[in-house]
Amino acid sequence: MNESKTKSGSNLEKVLTSDNFAVTAEIGPPMDCNAEVVLEKARALKGFADAFNITDNQTGVVRMSSIASAVLIMREGLEPIIQMTCRDRNRLAIQADILGAAGLGMKNSLCIAGDHQSFGTAGKLKGHPGAKNVYDIDSIQLVSILKGMRDDGVQQGGDPLKENPPLFIGAAWTPLGDPVKIRPFRLKKKIIAGADFIQTQGVFDVEQFSEQMKIISDMGLHERTAILAGIIVPKSLGMLRYMNSSVPGVSVPDSMIKRMEQARSSAGDDKKQASKNQAEEGIKITVELIKQVQEIPGIRGVHIQAIEWEHRVPGIIEKAGLLPRPLIS
Amino acid sequence: MIIAERKSFDEIYNFACRHKNVLILGCGSCVTVCMAGGEKEVGILASQITLAARQKGDTIQLIEHTITRQCDPEFFDEETSKKIEQADAVISIACGVGVQCCVERFPSKIVYPGLNTSFYGATLEQGVWAERCAGCGQCVLESFGGLCPVARCSKSLLNGPCGGSVGGKCEIDPENLDCAWQLIYDRMERLGRLEDLEKIQPIKDWSGSRDGGPRKIVREDIRL
Repeated sequence: MNESKTKSGSNLEKVLTSDNFAVTAEIGPPMDCNAEVVLEKARALKGFADAFNITDNQTGVVRMSSIASAVLIMREGLEPIIQMTCRDRNRLAIQADILGAAGLGMKNSLCIAGDHQSFGTAGKLKGHPGAKNVYDIDSIQLVSILKGMRDDGVQQGGDPLKENPPLFIGAAWTPLGDPVKIRPFRLKKKIIAGADFIQTQGVFDVEQFSEQMKIISDMGLHERTAILAGIIVPKSLGMLRYMNSSVPGVSVPDSMIKRMEQARSSAGDDKKQASKNQAEEGIKITVELIKQVQEIPGIRGVHIQAIEWEHRVPGIIEKAGLLPRPLIS
Repeated sequence: MIIAERKSFDEIYNFACRHKNVLILGCGSCVTVCMAGGEKEVGILASQITLAARQKGDTIQLIEHTITRQCDPEFFDEETSKKIEQADAVISIACGVGVQCCVERFPSKIVYPGLNTSFYGATLEQGVWAERCAGCGQCVLESFGGLCPVARCSKSLLNGPCGGSVGGKCEIDPENLDCAWQLIYDRMERLGRLEDLEKIQPIKDWSGSRDGGPRKIVREDIRL
């Protein structure tokens, strides 16, 4: 692969353009300045995926920044996909951060709107529900800004760049979000704006997901961007139920919930065993999901999100038969 | 209209108790319609302060007065001016604009805000008001079938819904908040204009909004 032929020279881009099934995985930074947390996750995941998303104040919770965490994982030899939300920065800050990230050698960026700041108050956390959100631009416009910087060498305001940031531009897609009929068109807009790759919301209902994939394949969209199916690793029955009832755009089939119920009840009163059984069942479900989405026409890879469970990702990827990851010079 | 809510009584009383003679000044426009700062609310507030003052042993003389519009200097007539001059302080229960007009007109007078000014909104039913316009200075309603994503989408998204739209509701408050993009989608479908939603909406110029600094309009054609 000749690097000059790629847009960014990123490993993820090379894996995709050489027709390999791509694997990305998510790394969640800590809520403090402990670099070791990021480094440990990086060491555990090295070699198990082609690039690694670093979330950007995910769920509206302040965490070590995506770009700073990306520097840390690069030191361990991992390729980052920095995430950039529209919630916290206006177009000046976004472009400054993107140029900085490119200057630091980061080659992939995922452009997202970002969870609303009110979500930071979930669970035991206080979050920052009183924060003023920015949303100067939306995620599609963000994609277009990055494309403009990379391909046309201009900032959004029109000022020229002497050196263009080589970026592989990503966007998110919630295929089963409401209103569901708009979703294919929203994907199309992201592609027109310049999304080179797409990472979807977590897929549990493969049948429904396949139906949306059929629609976008009929529109030819799968050929214009690389779609990576989102895989969220379910740790427990509670998590699966929560995902089903409270996470927009995610629907978990009853059969899957029943499987997890059985895994839990099979341990009787032994809570420790119940938790272990659920974890094992969750891994099994994950591996099956990966294999199933692999069969869907138009799916070019998987994006695995094991929230605060990153150490289980290597086993999952191995069981799914996705090792070794391709080495492309 | 401008929708406002009265501040908590404790906050208002904390203003009032600093003075002997206080004028409670109502406004007969938007805040009368949204039942926050009209003549009736002036009367209620005055009664509450009088009662509290009696209980706490404070001596506060209250004067009640309401004018047609506090945001327009011409309504500060002679009678109003006299009442303002005679009072030690004014509690204005107009919107923030009215409070500031009062301050500008009577620079030596202390004027307290009695309301929290909230948004530009509409009456949905008695006692229910909702935001409909963000005053962004560059109206985009035509592109969205007459529904404003700037004011009504929690993220002001111009290119379609985020992943948080569920059954027509916004994920940040599914009980009470409609997803603006579901409404826009339904409206555009009804109008046969869904293909318009496929166009990428360009990056918005916010300089006509608050981001261009405090705004001012000068119409030379009608100036005297």
